[in-house]
Amino acid sequence: MSLTPADITTIKITIKLATTTMIVSLLLGGPLAWWLSRRDTLPRRVIAAVTTMPLVIPPTVLGFYLLFFMGPFGPIGKMFKFFGFKLLPFTFSGLVVASVICSLPFVVQPLVNAFEALGERPLEAAATLGAGKLDAFLTVIAPQARPAFLTAAIMSFAHSIGEFGVVLMIGGSIPNVTRVLSMQIYVYVEAMEYGQAHLLAGGLVIFAILTMMAMQMLNPRPKKTPTDR
Amino acid sequence: MKKFMVFLAALAIFIPSLAAADEFYVAVASNFQVPAGEIIKAFEEDTGHKAIPSFASTAQIYSQIVNDREVDIFLSADAATPKKLEDEGRIKPGSRFTYAQGSLVLWSATEGFVDSEGQVLKTGKWEHLAVANPKLAPYGAAAYQFLEAWGLLKGLEGTPKIVTGENITQTHSLAVSGAAQLGLLALSQVYRNGKFTSGSGWVVPSDLYSPILQDAVILKTAENKAAVQAFADYLKGEKAKQIILSFGYILK
Repeated sequence: MSLTPADITTIKITIKLATTTMIVSLLLGGPLAWWLSRRDTLPRRVIAAVTTMPLVIPPTVLGFYLLFFMGPFGPIGKMFKFFGFKLLPFTFSGLVVASVICSLPFVVQPLVNAFEALGERPLEAAATLGAGKLDAFLTVIAPQARPAFLTAAIMSFAHSIGEFGVVLMIGGSIPNVTRVLSMQIYVYVEAMEYGQAHLLAGGLVIFAILTMMAMQMLNPRPKKTPTDR
Repeated sequence: MKKFMVFLAALAIFIPSLAAADEFYVAVASNFQVPAGEIIKAFEEDTGHKAIPSFASTAQIYSQIVNDREVDIFLSADAATPKKLEDEGRIKPGSRFTYAQGSLVLWSATEGFVDSEGQVLKTGKWEHLAVANPKLAPYGAAAYQFLEAWGLLKGLEGTPKIVTGENITQTHSLAVSGAAQLGLLALSQVYRNGKFTSGSGWVVPSDLYSPILQDAVILKTAENKAAVQAFADYLKGEKAKQIILSFGYILK
């Protein structure tokens, strides 16, 4: 028993999806988390609540609504049609959009916590030294929030590897385009081809454990010094 | 006196279980969810028994039964799974019967999109056709047979023109959202009392795919439950037949 060519293709697509999702959700989630971590106002609270929705709504339900919104009858689909773009459902870009929405809570939460913990003081100090806002963010805040960025990156990557329900709806399970690993395992299980399912699922478990270990190694706890006691 | 107390205690233990003997579990394949709900409602009103339904895919119900979940009667979406249970000696002997035969439909959420001959599939402007996974869903297998019969399968299989739902319910969602302009669905999903509930459709001639027989079985554990047998009989009766037909199923 070994991996079929179809299995290998799904693994490649899955890794491509997870990597793209990680990059896009950090680029979006970083500034969003920064904005959310500043003053506490009502709109911010609403947006903060909205970003946690993917954790609350069952994936297939979320998938159905995304499909509807991005489809030809939905507002986003209509907008895409108006500008002459290809509609998102059943494309790799559509998968990325869905996957980013699902990973956003895993990116935003750790970053908001880290930014809040840093507080205003490092920024004020940077300002007195003449640093602009962006400069201060990149040279002062980002390095200090490095562990949180690492957590966010790995969580979004890992989560999109395992994501199933939403991707299933938006992707349409097209071989070589949108069929990902989790779907392939599901099909094997439902078709009662347990051997092949175990092989892929086993690989997934090993991968997940290695990822989590890598996260801990890249993000070492500060060594205890005598003065810490 | 002591004997009387024992008698009372025995009564207290047995009476509730006697009263509850009329309750039983029906496991229903998802595609039959709505008709099953109506049949169960009519059955409960007519007989006073209580049927507790649960819905899942046929494969899921099968693995639940094999793993000792309590199911008294199982309404499958295919004929193969009940047959398999029979071969494994898990059912009441002789209890397997066909309760409905499904029809395949070419359907679109857009009014007037599907013509009365289904020619849109060959000539129309469409990007995606939603089909259930042929490995998992009987309607998916039927859809592939139909596409093969029309000589379209070769050009479509494995291309982005076919999008796959892992079961027929999901395939329905892909088509209802309009994201797939066309879908090969179960007629029962889009049809009620002689007409389409929305959109447009064409019923695929039944000689273009093997019959989609939906079989039911009484499980071995329910062998002596009268209420379960009563439900099986009710399912074969006139009232249930009318409900089943109204959803576009065929009955032979």
